[in-house]
Amino acid sequence: MSDHHGEDGLAHDPHNAPLSGPALRVKALESLLLEKGLVDARTLDEIVDTYEHKVGPRNGARVVARAWTDAEYKKRLLADATAAIAEFGYIERWAEDMVAVENSPTVRNMVVCTLCSCYPWPVLGLPPSWYKSDAYRARAVLDPRGVLKEFGETVPDDVEVRVWDSTAELRYLVLPERPAGTEGWSEEQLAAIVTRDSMVGVSRVNLPAGMRP
Amino acid sequence: MTTSKRADADWSRLPALPRDESGPVFKAPWEAQAFAMTLELHRKGVFTWREWADTLAHELADASERGHPDDSTHYYEHWLAALEKLVAAKKVVPLAEMACRIGEWDNAARMTPHGKPIELPPRQGKSSPV
Repeated sequence: MSDHHGEDGLAHDPHNAPLSGPALRVKALESLLLEKGLVDARTLDEIVDTYEHKVGPRNGARVVARAWTDAEYKKRLLADATAAIAEFGYIERWAEDMVAVENSPTVRNMVVCTLCSCYPWPVLGLPPSWYKSDAYRARAVLDPRGVLKEFGETVPDDVEVRVWDSTAELRYLVLPERPAGTEGWSEEQLAAIVTRDSMVGVSRVNLPAGMRP
Repeated sequence: MTTSKRADADWSRLPALPRDESGPVFKAPWEAQAFAMTLELHRKGVFTWREWADTLAHELADASERGHPDDSTHYYEHWLAALEKLVAAKKVVPLAEMACRIGEWDNAARMTPHGKPIELPPRQGKSSPV
């Protein structure tokens, strides 16, 4: 069969505009930066890989687990989170200072960035999409209890909810409450159950179904 | 072998990037590239993180005022616009240079048969018009 170029009724060149707007702009910007020696392709790949796979919220989970098992570490964390997190040699120090805020039976903390989406990447990886949404950024401050409810968390009236607004220089990590039933667990076991959402403060740490006594 | 039409040729059909439990971290490769370039330029000292955060915050606020509040689906478009503005303001990549390069890539993309990597034509040294 020869090439009937109107088979599908389209007479135009099917190859036109294979790049969408932003993809084209990124390609253009990247090629200029490569030429200027400001970026190189391998480093860019490494950054993407690191933030997608290696960082995640696992670094933060280890910090939380250590604070749960080591009272001295917890004191250091609450006094100077930047330094306490740096004790884990492998967590990259980013531009911002870290502050750890502790949940208790009477206080719940949650973190937002009302201006953009400042987020403690080195400990939590990339922010989830809801964290970046206008709705969360606005409502976390106006109606934190309502937001928590949407995350399945009903907070009693006598529990204080504190909302922390991140900035370019200051990022917050919530130290959630250690769940009952984890007495005697190792730091590693504990780190495995600490979730990203619990460290942003929108949920508690619960025992996975299979681990409940 | 058919060399004609794949009218559905679509950049978004590149292999999917890895996901986490809450869905893909990046919805398209360009989002990841824009993200990585920003981090690397900051590391190289092209701008401070404060400057970056301010530029992005402005961009998001502007979009909101224009009636396009970000529900996070267009987040990286605002991110990219902020990055372009900041590198232009820093005179790293002036707007004119960027516009010119976009045209070149657009042209190259149109000239490239589907399935072949898109490449810019080789440069003739340091742009010396003959």
